Amino acid sequence: MSHTKLENKLAVNKYDVDRDVHITINEDMCKGCSLHPCLYICPAQCYKQASDGHIIFSYEGCLECGSCRIACDYGAINWSLPRGGFGICYEYG
Amino acid sequence: MEQKFDAIVVGAGLAGLACAYKLANSGLNVLVMERGKFAGAKNTWGGAFYGPVLYDLISPLWKEMPIERYLVRHVLSFVSEGQCFSVSSESEPSNSPPHNGFSLLRSRFDKWFAQKVSQAGAIIACGIEASDLIWDGPDIRGVKSGNETFHADVVVACDGVHSILARKAGLRGELKPIEVKLGVKEIISLPSETIEQRFNLSGDEGISMQFVGSCTKGLPGGAFIYTNKQSLSVGIVVQLNALVENKSSANDLLEDFKQSWPVKKLIRGGELKEYSAHLIPVSGINMMPHLCTNGLLVAGDAAALVVGTGLILEGGNFAAASGIAAAQTVLKCKEKGDFSVKSLSYYQKLLEDSFVLQDLKTFKKAPHFLENQRIYNEYPDLLCSLMQKVLTNDGQPRTTTWRLAREQMKGKVSLPQVAKDIVQAMSSI
Repeated sequence: MSHTKLENKLAVNKYDVDRDVHITINEDMCKGCSLHPCLYICPAQCYKQASDGHIIFSYEGCLECGSCRIACDYGAINWSLPRGGFGICYEYG
Repeated sequence: MEQKFDAIVVGAGLAGLACAYKLANSGLNVLVMERGKFAGAKNTWGGAFYGPVLYDLISPLWKEMPIERYLVRHVLSFVSEGQCFSVSSESEPSNSPPHNGFSLLRSRFDKWFAQKVSQAGAIIACGIEASDLIWDGPDIRGVKSGNETFHADVVVACDGVHSILARKAGLRGELKPIEVKLGVKEIISLPSETIEQRFNLSGDEGISMQFVGSCTKGLPGGAFIYTNKQSLSVGIVVQLNALVENKSSANDLLEDFKQSWPVKKLIRGGELKEYSAHLIPVSGINMMPHLCTNGLLVAGDAAALVVGTGLILEGGNFAAASGIAAAQTVLKCKEKGDFSVKSLSYYQKLLEDSFVLQDLKTFKKAPHFLENQRIYNEYPDLLCSLMQKVLTNDGQPRTTTWRLAREQMKGKVSLPQVAKDIVQAMSSI
């Protein structure tokens, strides 16, 4: 097996993606942070930095581990779990 | 009039299901609330269950339990770039349950277990998240899910490492990065014959492999492989604060681990079936919240009941045992009709009398010991290079192992330092 691209890894997972976003970023608080641990701590790389420096969260691939919430020192992540029945749906676990 | 339950169990993991199974079998009216689409949908772990707890609870169902493989061999490998030094422990397979350890795939197992809990009479409500508690003065009287309310005499919070309910009840604060490890895992499918050949197993036999050293690039944590019937569980577990401080990605570490030569040949030709991630509470008793308040008990990962010493890595049995103790407590309190914190504190006593809190106390110093960077850097390097030197014949006269060891240690770690670490290990793990 060669290195598997993350998007291919997430593509084998089963998700029931909700229309509602379950995690949002408080931009004012986020601005104070220069390190942005969210960018590398998220095992699904749900956090990306836009060209203007803003952090963008795309919730579709979220594995609901909660690492981002604990790693963010600035409390900039309004973290919650997806609504009941939605989100990641492990078949092996 | 809205239905009132004897007990609401939140979370259909090992703690919640063990609790609900015991309560339902004792005739109580139990509701299990699970946020996943089905029981097990949100559950993932490394791989294995140890000890007799489940057997004692569900022995009549043992034969139909979806066990993957019985562990007959445990291998601990110290890995350094291009080198590996392993210690293997094997025992003659016993054909009688409960077996000392077995691998399980949690989504499948929990789904099966939930069916049995349902057959025992509990209501399993999936796709419903418990978002808040219902309070009556100082007492918890049930659970809210959005605008819906569910009333009960007592709530058992088995809602996992982030336990929203334990936080809402004021039993614990926010988790800190040093208190948790992030685990990422792949399920890689292979034919069972291939697994048996590659790992030298027969029939239902299985193996657990733990790796320490360069697999985490020296960060506190390790890697693992567990054999399932027709797949391997391959993963990395790393201290969250170390990932943050080193700007490392657990997924990158996992990809490198899969490419490393001891692992590459084991997973060759396999097909990726699932990629999962989960936080593990690893600070043991040092991070344990209060276990009960008026009308609420906390069990499993929600109560941080996990023991990790590097040699012992257990959480499932602690979860199930705490779930059972919570059920025993609910049954006793129901007899008295008293669900006050004083009455529910019987739970704490049960856990103190059992392996659950005794083990957590015994290994109280393990989390701190495991922060020692030398375990993941110098020692794996030393062990690997020393054995390499001892076993290499380059045609030159040989020297004693001890002298080689001293040479290898030069400039890396001092003898007093090693002695100090060994003494610390002796009292921690």
